[in-house]
Amino acid sequence: MTERLLEVTDLSTHFFTHAGVVKAVNGVSFTLDRDETLGIVGESGSGKTVTAMSLMRLIPDPPGRIVGGTIVHKGRDLLAVSKEEMSDIRGNDIAMIFQDPMTSLNPVFKVGDQIAEVIRRHQGKSKRESWKMAIELLAKVGIPDPDKRADQYPFEFSGGMRQRGMIAMAISCNPDVLVADEPTTALDVTIQAQIMDVIREMQQAYHTGVIMITHDLGVVAQMADKVMVMYGGRTLEDGPVDEVYYNPHQPYTWGLLGSLPRLDENEKQRLTPIEGQPPNLLLLPDGCPFSGRCPYELPVCAGEFPPLEMVGPGHGVHCWIPVAERFKIRAGLPRFRDKAAS
Amino acid sequence: MSLLEVRDLKKHFPIKSGVLKRTTGQVYAVDGVSFSIDEGETLGLVGESGCGKSTTGRVLLRLLPATAGQVSFDGLDVMAASRSTIQRLRRDMQIVFQDPYACLNPRRTVKNIIAEPLRIHDIGTEAERKRRVFELLETVGLTAEHAERYPHEFSGGQRQRIGVARALALNPRLIICDEPVSALDVSIQAQMINLLEDLQKELKLTYLFIAHDLSVVKHISTRVAVMYLGKIVEVADSTTLYVKPQHPYTEALLSAVPIPDPRTERERHRLILEGDVPSPANPPSGCVFHPRCPRMQPDPCTKAMPTLNVVGTAGDDHEVACYFPTLYDAAGAAPASV
Repeated sequence: MTERLLEVTDLSTHFFTHAGVVKAVNGVSFTLDRDETLGIVGESGSGKTVTAMSLMRLIPDPPGRIVGGTIVHKGRDLLAVSKEEMSDIRGNDIAMIFQDPMTSLNPVFKVGDQIAEVIRRHQGKSKRESWKMAIELLAKVGIPDPDKRADQYPFEFSGGMRQRGMIAMAISCNPDVLVADEPTTALDVTIQAQIMDVIREMQQAYHTGVIMITHDLGVVAQMADKVMVMYGGRTLEDGPVDEVYYNPHQPYTWGLLGSLPRLDENEKQRLTPIEGQPPNLLLLPDGCPFSGRCPYELPVCAGEFPPLEMVGPGHGVHCWIPVAERFKIRAGLPRFRDKAAS
Repeated sequence: MSLLEVRDLKKHFPIKSGVLKRTTGQVYAVDGVSFSIDEGETLGLVGESGCGKSTTGRVLLRLLPATAGQVSFDGLDVMAASRSTIQRLRRDMQIVFQDPYACLNPRRTVKNIIAEPLRIHDIGTEAERKRRVFELLETVGLTAEHAERYPHEFSGGQRQRIGVARALALNPRLIICDEPVSALDVSIQAQMINLLEDLQKELKLTYLFIAHDLSVVKHISTRVAVMYLGKIVEVADSTTLYVKPQHPYTEALLSAVPIPDPRTERERHRLILEGDVPSPANPPSGCVFHPRCPRMQPDPCTKAMPTLNVVGTAGDDHEVACYFPTLYDAAGAAPASV
């Protein structure tokens, strides 16, 4: 029996700016089990990072506010707990790795001290004990000479090393949930491969649930068990990775998969881009945020957001196009033509 | 004959320190790079950050002075050219930059930005230039209405189109594309790639396509050169390079790229390189890749940098700089290690 770690229902986070209300996250729901990896994929402005920040209750208020929904972590609603309780939960139960390893470590403290501080704060260990644990953690995430490295400042670390340091800090209190927000976007591919390896090792060792936020569909295919595709603050499609990659139902998912050049395709195929420009978050339609760019738009699309429709085991989609019609359209798309046969 | 020939190009940056700003070292950003590009082809230049790919692009245009080496464009010696010759050369050689936010002057209208090369080269009357700007905007998928607007009114993808329009203004023959799509979201990136491909066909352009994204480079390039720490370690036509890589760095690089296909990903055996890229200010002795190389032998790898040698059958144009390149059997089957 798998253990449910996180159950997010109808989460909405809005930003109240001078120019108007930005509905950065708009009614998003998902779950995360122990040992499971959820990939949240989307382009800039899709709301994936704000979703992560909402989980941690790190939304700057003002201008932002979580305006609705529940985030239940092992039976407790994180949106109902006090600030003090939340800061106990943060780091201890839910930890986060940020995109930019250059700015997420404090430049004026030694790396070892920064990790030890987390251990002292959450586990009440002594200074000496926590320092020793920090060194062990650095060794675990594959930093050579951890004794020496713990005594150094972030600027003495390379980008990949800093991200390893961040992972060490994140796992220091053995959290149930690890949220990784574009953890390798700032890194080169060979370093990315190393970091993904470390994250997976740590997940196996600690039985963590991982939320991997990324714009890279390759990273999701590599790391995730299930995936949620976001656009303009909404979830448009979600489900097990195989379902979403091989049986996608949402025109936006088709667009994403079709616009990617791929290493494993040997005949040159012209890419099928998604036409138009990314949406203006201040002027999102009430309906499907992809309307306006969607080539198969129906009159109803812009006015009303389509309800969740289950199209396979755990595979949900929001789209007004009737299922039969969707299959027909998809079979005609270059990327899915040959896949339909297999 | 190739349009662009580069022989043993070097660009070293001095490291200055102390009050007297004495030179205390060198950053070997580009250290002996040779390649050629034929008319109408696209040469992809890939590598990780700090490998010298962007510096190479800039030195070719003489936006930075070279430390050593020869560059000839259509038979003309670029490195020895006078100021006026260089200016004429730049009509034929243009560049598209990576950052669509930084490469356009925020205080000038799009019309001014695109017409600037025409003004500098004193081409046409004001009215003719205006007409050319409209024409260029249409070419890159924008409209004449956009001409009077300012860069901040555009999204990243649209700005990159403006950058391309500016590069096209003088009807160049070669465009150096320095990471032109890496700042863009995937859906917009595909628009840009298709645009570059269409323009190449229509205007018979030659591209030097500099990027770190191997999938994009494979898609757009005829041939690909892989750089590591200021040196080219392997060059081949794009299919050969991706199907039969011979340099261990190329293999690791390809293996590190996640493929957006869950089944393929589960079946893949990933080669993970240890450690980080060494500093170009203090490159390792011998082969620059030897500290991270799984095939390293103290002799000869730590002794001397291997030269780029043609491998495989003649006419294959596959060159690799490695003492122990991966060999493929006659059937083209990959060895067990890949």
